[in-house]
Amino acid sequence: MSTNGSHSLLEVEDLVARYPVGRGVVGAVTRQPKLEVRAVDGVSFSLDRGEMLALVGESGCGKTSTAQSVLRLIETSGGSIRFDGQEISGLSTKELRPLRRRMQIVYQDPYESLDPRFRVGATIEEPLEVHKVGSRQERREAVKAALELAGLTPAELYIDRYPHELSGGQRQRVAIAATLVLGPELLVADEPVSMLDVSVRAGILSILDELRDKGLAVLMITHDLSTAAHYADRIAVMYLGRIVEEGPTREVIENPQHPYTRALLSVVPKRDPRERGTPQILRGETPNSIHIPPWCRFQPRCPMAIADCKTVDPELRRPAASTHPEHRAACIRV
Amino acid sequence: MTTPLLEVEDLNVWFELPSGGELHAVRGISFELEAGERFGLVGESGCGKTTAMLSIMGLLPPNATVAGEVRLDGENILARGEETVSPHRWNDIAMVFQGAMNAFNPVKTVGSQIEEPMELHGIAEGRIARRQAEELLERVGIPKDRADRFPHEFSGGMRQRAAIAMALACEPRILLADEPTTALDVMVQAQILELLVSLAADFNLALLLVTHDLPIVAQVCDRAAVMYAGEVAESASIDALFHTPKHPYTRLLFAATPDLRAGGERVASIPGAPPRLDKPIVGCPFQPRCDRAFAPCPTETPLLKTVGERHVAACHLNDHVREPATA
Repeated sequence: MSTNGSHSLLEVEDLVARYPVGRGVVGAVTRQPKLEVRAVDGVSFSLDRGEMLALVGESGCGKTSTAQSVLRLIETSGGSIRFDGQEISGLSTKELRPLRRRMQIVYQDPYESLDPRFRVGATIEEPLEVHKVGSRQERREAVKAALELAGLTPAELYIDRYPHELSGGQRQRVAIAATLVLGPELLVADEPVSMLDVSVRAGILSILDELRDKGLAVLMITHDLSTAAHYADRIAVMYLGRIVEEGPTREVIENPQHPYTRALLSVVPKRDPRERGTPQILRGETPNSIHIPPWCRFQPRCPMAIADCKTVDPELRRPAASTHPEHRAACIRV
Repeated sequence: MTTPLLEVEDLNVWFELPSGGELHAVRGISFELEAGERFGLVGESGCGKTTAMLSIMGLLPPNATVAGEVRLDGENILARGEETVSPHRWNDIAMVFQGAMNAFNPVKTVGSQIEEPMELHGIAEGRIARRQAEELLERVGIPKDRADRFPHEFSGGMRQRAAIAMALACEPRILLADEPTTALDVMVQAQILELLVSLAADFNLALLLVTHDLPIVAQVCDRAAVMYAGEVAESASIDALFHTPKHPYTRLLFAATPDLRAGGERVASIPGAPPRLDKPIVGCPFQPRCDRAFAPCPTETPLLKTVGERHVAACHLNDHVREPATA
């Protein structure tokens, strides 16, 4: 939340998203309790205009569910989502409509997200038609402007092509252009470069970087801490449906406090072969989010766990060793 | 000097295309591998790294033509095709394929699928094969009672461990691993890489790691070859590749890779795209994307030349008296 009293563009508080899971025929007949996956289990964060927040974590940590809940693409089970000061968690589809064009999403796979039968121009124009924006001529101009904003210049060279005529990087630029054409204020980027070759990734990420500089709020979902470290202003690390640490990027990367963040950072391979440290490898795998312990959810795998860790569900608070006032970690030991 | 365990020399692979043309996927690559060594083959999609591995295994599809030599203990195993390669496949050279963890037979137990190659190759059968399969599973970090479980009961990381155990069933001396951690989370990736390194050490296994991910090679391998458009652009110790690269592609690829520590440093993409491999390439294949291209690059093909101790690169910059490429 902003300190000057005004609100952030996006304010999420205590967000919960649960999915029912089948208990099977035997489970139903024997009347076992209904099971739920707690994909998002009490997540709070805020995002300002002109800011990029990276939600990082391993698969199943709830980062994508969080992003989808924020955009109201999946139903939430609790908590509050305020967009530009307006509570949107209870809005109907119709009420949401005018807000939709202000919040957009770029998906991971540009090979799946573009319709192969649509020319680039038609793909980008479609959102304008859906939202009934402008005349035909104005729409065409908006499409060109969006293409150039996404780095596909000159736009004429791309506007009449089909997706199969484009490289992976170019396709992702088309997908980005299709979100930009509506002039959104919030952009969710869900693993925007993980399907792309290393040599073209930086080009896509620098577009997001420039858009952020122009005032767009970017929520980036990524499993890649190195990418988050390079581009995000703030990082929030998720584990089993909860943010366990958050803060300004350099503070989280250079002064991590939560034992999960520390372990995660230690296993990220470094480019320089002389920096072969001792990775602190956690054994086993992330447990599923059906049976989350009522105390610290990281305790069963934590190298620093003590008896007290099984008595409280720790809240995010400023760690003693933090060097930045906005640094938070959910651990009773730091 | 003693004969290296595996020598690949001037390996070429062409694919006949349905349209009638030919795609020259691997263009005269050479490298060698010592026992117990961890060697990386790095490059982006389409650079020919997987095709090169499959040709070493003799597992290319029928529309492929291979030329060059793959020598195991000095003997060319490609000499008479299947006849000379099949005695070594799995017995001496084994491979963990890309996506192997998703390639298990869903209706057979994991244990029985590890016993299968042992029985096929006459290594062991029946109860002995079962015991060996259980030992292998334990060695890769899976409790042996899991041998009776089916693949769907395993997590992704466990299935990848089982795929590694399966590749080791016939006690090979060389393990080819194609993108072994690509679909895995970073913590599971660390577990698998740690396992591969310890297996290489314990069994004096030569590890050939194929990946698009430079930091993985930097952390795991001793030496590596960087491939571009079917060719080896540069091959050296991993330290030399990072600190004193002699090919602009190597330098630019490292510069395009974000790193946790280098926060302020700019990550730059490489403009352009690799050349088409179904047409002849004139001059240096990287020239159109290179930031240091000069007079000879568009017309003269650079040859792989020695530029340091066990360090080769294919770049005209190394022949001409210009300031050397800097890291």
